[in-house]
Amino acid sequence: MDADLAIDVTGLNKHFGDKHAVRDLSLQVRRGEIFGFLGPNGSGKTTSIRILCGLLRPDSGRGTCLGYDILNEAASIKREVGYMTQRFSLWEDLTIRENLEFIARMYGMEDHRQAVASALDNLGLTGRQDQLAGTLSGGWKQRLSLAACMLHRPRLLLLDEPTAGVDPKARRDFWEEINELAAGGITVLVSTHYMDEAERCHRLAYLAYGRLLASGTSREVVDAQSLTGFEVSGPDLILYARSLRGLEGVDQVTAFGETLHVIGRDARALQATAERMAGGGVHRWTRIRPGLEDVFIGLMESAEDNYR
Amino acid sequence: MRLSWSRWYGIIVKEFIQLKRDRLTFGMIVGIPILQLILFGYAINTDPKHLPTAVLLGDSSLYGRTVLQGLKNSEYFRIDRVAASAADVEELIAHGEVQFAVTIPEDFGRKLARGDRPTLLIEADATDPSATGNAIAALSGVLRTSLSRDLQGTLGRLIPPADPVDVRIHRRYNPEAVTANNIVPGLLGTILTMTMILMTGLAMTRERERGTFENLLATPALPVEVMTGKIVPYIMIGLIQVTLLLAAALLIFGVPMLGSAALLYLSVFIFIAANLTLGITFSSIARNQLQAMQMTFFFFLPSILLSGFMFPFRGMPEWAQWVGTVLPLTHFLRLVRGIMLKGNTFPALWPDIWPIVLFTFAVIGIGLAVYRRTLD
Repeated sequence: MDADLAIDVTGLNKHFGDKHAVRDLSLQVRRGEIFGFLGPNGSGKTTSIRILCGLLRPDSGRGTCLGYDILNEAASIKREVGYMTQRFSLWEDLTIRENLEFIARMYGMEDHRQAVASALDNLGLTGRQDQLAGTLSGGWKQRLSLAACMLHRPRLLLLDEPTAGVDPKARRDFWEEINELAAGGITVLVSTHYMDEAERCHRLAYLAYGRLLASGTSREVVDAQSLTGFEVSGPDLILYARSLRGLEGVDQVTAFGETLHVIGRDARALQATAERMAGGGVHRWTRIRPGLEDVFIGLMESAEDNYR
Repeated sequence: MRLSWSRWYGIIVKEFIQLKRDRLTFGMIVGIPILQLILFGYAINTDPKHLPTAVLLGDSSLYGRTVLQGLKNSEYFRIDRVAASAADVEELIAHGEVQFAVTIPEDFGRKLARGDRPTLLIEADATDPSATGNAIAALSGVLRTSLSRDLQGTLGRLIPPADPVDVRIHRRYNPEAVTANNIVPGLLGTILTMTMILMTGLAMTRERERGTFENLLATPALPVEVMTGKIVPYIMIGLIQVTLLLAAALLIFGVPMLGSAALLYLSVFIFIAANLTLGITFSSIARNQLQAMQMTFFFFLPSILLSGFMFPFRGMPEWAQWVGTVLPLTHFLRLVRGIMLKGNTFPALWPDIWPIVLFTFAVIGIGLAVYRRTLD
């Protein structure tokens, strides 16, 4: 076992009836790192996270979480892991303070009053501590959930789409907190749909149909796919995009606001097509380095072809 | 991992707060028992009186009228129809317009005066035996006492001879056969069974349906802490219910209380614990609140039917008595009736206490075995 790894699992599998939710998942997350978990809905992100914190038993596979065996030492894992569920899962009919106190007691914290008081203070919710949690807005619910799963000072945070449906400012604040936590030595595994959030992670993994399709730093993930990209601007882009699809070397055409991203695996063929198309028309073709989003769209499409 | 008092206490506090905020449930817990007690306490009456009776009076002598008066005085019979013919009587009974029909034959007075034993026909609509049983049982006594007054003096020798067997019916514990004395303690048990199992039956499924169960599972809380912690507030609720019900039983229905209140509360405590553990176990098995409700009713029905609440326990076939013996309500009914109506003390109560305790521990065992430690 590598002492530097907060999470080290290999060959995890999980079925729900006929559905193979997680296939042969192997994952290594270093201590103190922010690790991003990406993939479309139903790709097995939540299931994987639940296996890691002992809420689900894998059908096969083994591994450790914070050095504890995920199969036999779930109780120890629970004490040192903070898990934030995708859906708000605190008690809506308890107040903010009561929720925090309950969680503090569940972790058997000796100084739970002190911990709750400082959590309320950090949240800036001391003045609203007697408000029912169910009446909070989405952003505040997320922040309360994060505070709750941080209360017992875990060494590993598992955050399942913590910023889904949260406004941009709340999202930015949220990520600042995460960065600070990571700087303080806490390992964070976070699942997300947002590309800008993916870019903020030290390393990331991409899942689709229960399979891990790519992992590494965002640069590594992009480079590994060795895609060639062009940005196209000009008039009538929707029509133009239609005419591009199916041309030699063009694998995907995606509209990004005022421009199109044209991406292909075969660099030479795409280059030729680009030169031909740019030569005769009003559209401007510029060579770009494909981004994470281009890579993920490509991965998702090929995954659909291969595994569906 | 070791049990933690702090976690256990935390769960109890949380349940209390949630209970306090859930006004509807809270109202149900307090309001429903009282409402049920008052409704059923008055409505269920296995010793009905003033039953409608028709009379076919063939003999207008003094004796005929004496018999009628005697029936009226017994309070069981309310003579509100006078039939013109036997066919008329037949029709009244068939249509259910009367419960009884009394036919006094033409020669009733004459035969009586002569010392022959005249016949007196009483037809009863016995579709519900319990409705007519007591009235019929009261008949012969009524007739003898009412006629003996007329057959005095020179006719004194005509007093019908005493029955060959001197039957003395000695109704113990409930001499006036006041139904409420039996029904109200029984209702105490059924109402507790109903509310306690239902309340806790929803306790775990509610967490699961609201998604909070995932959060609870992610904490180090142990199953036994969660299960028992969720029960404690309801034990208190149950004790409050019982106090309300007992007050109503004593003040409104005048049920006697011969035994010790401490023993009564001990029995109640044990009984409540049994029901709550069953509820929480149902809750662990059920996938959603609807299933938990169905299980509650599945258990509730045999409890009512086979415990001796609805039908006399000794009247049931043996297999049904076996089933009934397993049910906590059966033993609780005996305990409550024993304490309130007979003034029983602990040694007499013990045979009905340990089965409930055993039931409770067995159910806790099952509950812990089926408690979901993961989301699988």
